[in-house]
Amino acid sequence: MTATTTRPRLSRRLGSTELVYAALLGVLAIGAVLVAVRGGNLFGTANLVDMLTRSSLLGFVALGQTFVILCGSLDLSVGYVMALCSLIGATTMAGDPAKVPLGIAAVLVVAAGIGLLNGLIVSVLKVNPFIATLGMGLVIKGYLDTTYKGPAGEVPSSFQQFGYSRIGFLPVSTAVMLVAVVLGILYLRRTRTGYHMFAVGGSAEVARLSGIRTGRVVVMAHVLCAVAAGVAGLLVAARFGTGSALVYSSGYDLDSIAAVVLGGTLLMGGRGGIAGTLGGVLILAVLDTVFNILQVDPFFKDVLRGVVIIAAVAIYARRQIDRKASRPRFGNGPPPEPAPDPPVPVGQGADR
Amino acid sequence: MAVAPLTDTVLRMHGIEKSFLGVRVLHGVDLDLRAGEVHALMGENGAGKSTLMKVLAGVYQADAGSIELDGRPVAFAHPLEAQQAGVSTVFQEFNLLPERTIAENVFLGREPRRRGMVDADRMNADTAALLDGLGLDSLTPDRRVRTLSVAGQQIVEIVKALSYDARIISMDEPTAALADEEVELLYRLVGTLRDRGVAILYVSHRLKEIFDLADRVTVLKDGALVDTVAIGEITSDELVRKMVGRPITSFFPDKLGGTTAGDVRLRIAGGGNDQLDGIDLEVRAGEITALAGLQGSGRTEIAHALFGVARFTRGVVELDGRPVRLRSAREAVRAGLALVTEDRKAEGLALNQSVAANARLVLDAVLGGRGTKRIPGILSSLELSSRGGDQEVRFLSGGNQQKVVLAKWLATDPAVMVLDEPTRGIDVGAKQKVYTLMRELSAWGVAILMISSELQEVIGMADRVVVLRDGRIAGELPAGSDEESVMALATGQETA
Repeated sequence: MTATTTRPRLSRRLGSTELVYAALLGVLAIGAVLVAVRGGNLFGTANLVDMLTRSSLLGFVALGQTFVILCGSLDLSVGYVMALCSLIGATTMAGDPAKVPLGIAAVLVVAAGIGLLNGLIVSVLKVNPFIATLGMGLVIKGYLDTTYKGPAGEVPSSFQQFGYSRIGFLPVSTAVMLVAVVLGILYLRRTRTGYHMFAVGGSAEVARLSGIRTGRVVVMAHVLCAVAAGVAGLLVAARFGTGSALVYSSGYDLDSIAAVVLGGTLLMGGRGGIAGTLGGVLILAVLDTVFNILQVDPFFKDVLRGVVIIAAVAIYARRQIDRKASRPRFGNGPPPEPAPDPPVPVGQGADR
Repeated sequence: MAVAPLTDTVLRMHGIEKSFLGVRVLHGVDLDLRAGEVHALMGENGAGKSTLMKVLAGVYQADAGSIELDGRPVAFAHPLEAQQAGVSTVFQEFNLLPERTIAENVFLGREPRRRGMVDADRMNADTAALLDGLGLDSLTPDRRVRTLSVAGQQIVEIVKALSYDARIISMDEPTAALADEEVELLYRLVGTLRDRGVAILYVSHRLKEIFDLADRVTVLKDGALVDTVAIGEITSDELVRKMVGRPITSFFPDKLGGTTAGDVRLRIAGGGNDQLDGIDLEVRAGEITALAGLQGSGRTEIAHALFGVARFTRGVVELDGRPVRLRSAREAVRAGLALVTEDRKAEGLALNQSVAANARLVLDAVLGGRGTKRIPGILSSLELSSRGGDQEVRFLSGGNQQKVVLAKWLATDPAVMVLDEPTRGIDVGAKQKVYTLMRELSAWGVAILMISSELQEVIGMADRVVVLRDGRIAGELPAGSDEESVMALATGQETA
């Protein structure tokens, strides 16, 4: 039935997640060659461990960020939540192995509470998420700066294993992150709330008209996001052996958004997923590892990262362009008479 | 689904009234729908069809009147309530998520679950069954809606309605965006639904469709019920007559003495793009040419083509005999065109800027600020009532806002003025002011192209009426033609 079928072009049939992993392979290949030229091996154990370790921390934050961005929201407070949670975890544990569960529980409760507040401010007070979470971040920053003058608390060595131990070349933290990613994917693909996150981000109005309680969905996404950032905070504490407020200046907020967008999730929401985000996280981790091995100047490193992110999003944007093209009524037949001044042809829409 | 006998009345709307901001748009309308009938709803633009449809859909709540479903009174506070009661509506703007699959859209908000998890297999199987039932097994439930054509998306909306066991489906101009071969598919679907005992409320302007499909037709005019008749008992002439025909008032100012049609200032020959085809149009100095036609017939598209929004890709445009290239609004203004847009607030004004700033906007932007001295004079001759040039235009009434838009364009001393719905949403006094101004401009030799969906305005003001239908010129009528002949051309009842 030709009336209802339109064949997408080949480039369009490649899903965006596949595209992300193709890009990851490309980055790996180019990186491997560059490293090999310097006489190194990108896939040596040390380098592999470096890449995977880098990806675990950002992985947690970006996983959470994916939920909120899918809903058409945003969370700029994740860096501060991480810092706060590292301190809460470390001070609650206070070096006592018996208090590890208590420390974890405290972190999860506080993180969930912050996420709940973020979500309510966005969905009930209708504050733009950019401003709401920026404000929440500033509140946490102010608290951290006045309360903690330096590192605080102590993480017992048993919990430090979360930061350092490995199974072969796979760090335990990365393994936990991957489990969380799988759970996140299942959540989005198997639960109603997961389905509804796509709906709310795609069109809040359509979601509302379908009887979805859009506010609850947005709140849920923010809670999941903050909890993921809290787990990242625990990982920070495990690595440093103590809680550190300074983590908030490490740029995890913007890096997580970059990873999500790099992973093919639309910044406006409604399309994307966690599998893509993981790809985005890995791309950034590979880039950083390669830059490290090649001893790229740290400032120039940021320039390169910026270029990669913009280029990726520009490619996705091109794939979106002709979606909104109006439906042509005419344009199949030859022009009745040619114009003396050949007019610049207008896109005829891709659908016919 | 039980097939109900043909005469079963499933829905009865009685005495429906609805007002917006004190303006009553529905005056006690009655409508009843029977199981297994296609019931056409007709009327001019603004007759109240859409409002009635939205009351039925639960989008609006009626101010007075009752709705009975199977003899039981209902009141839908939300579209979802209507849908759950078996009343579904397919709007022109689809309520679909383009990035999700057909099945995910159909079951949005009530995804079937098994052991707490969404049962995607069942969702796909149920959707496939619904599609099969309509003879559409070539559509797979896991296809993304984004990849479907307009017709395909419409099918998804219909399938969604069926998945709610809809007994009433209303469709708002379902063929408006369809290609010819897709219209046949829709006809077939409507037939299938009718045979299953679904009552279909079918809003359309196209007479041919009404006579092809409908069993009965209800005509609305100015928000009131004119008549409901069986389709076999009415001719298309009678139907058109029921839609139009109200006393012409002496509301419109007469042509000013000494106004004579002069040279052709704007000429379009064979203009076309993906929405328009074969547009031949001449607009003369001292003449008001009206572009009439139904919504979506291509009226505004002509204005857009002239202003480079969606350019003509075929044909020639001439201004005062010289061929011109109009690739942007900037070039159009430079060439001497002015466009008073349909949507004043979004396209005509910078709402939070002052009267003065808005009035000189085009002069500053395109013509380097020349001629700004004229503006105060123009504003006062338009009798703008504002608290001075510093006032932000958003605080002005619709009529005064329109005067600011007009002043903005008059300041450019245009050769041709395109007025798209120049009196939409403004009060009677301001309307008359606009009409008088059009007459004056005309007398000064400005060529005016007026786009209007108000037939009275078209008849009352135009020296010539060009009627569009489906992106082509359906015919041209002289001054003094009646509403019926314009409507007949616009709906395709006959071709002149």
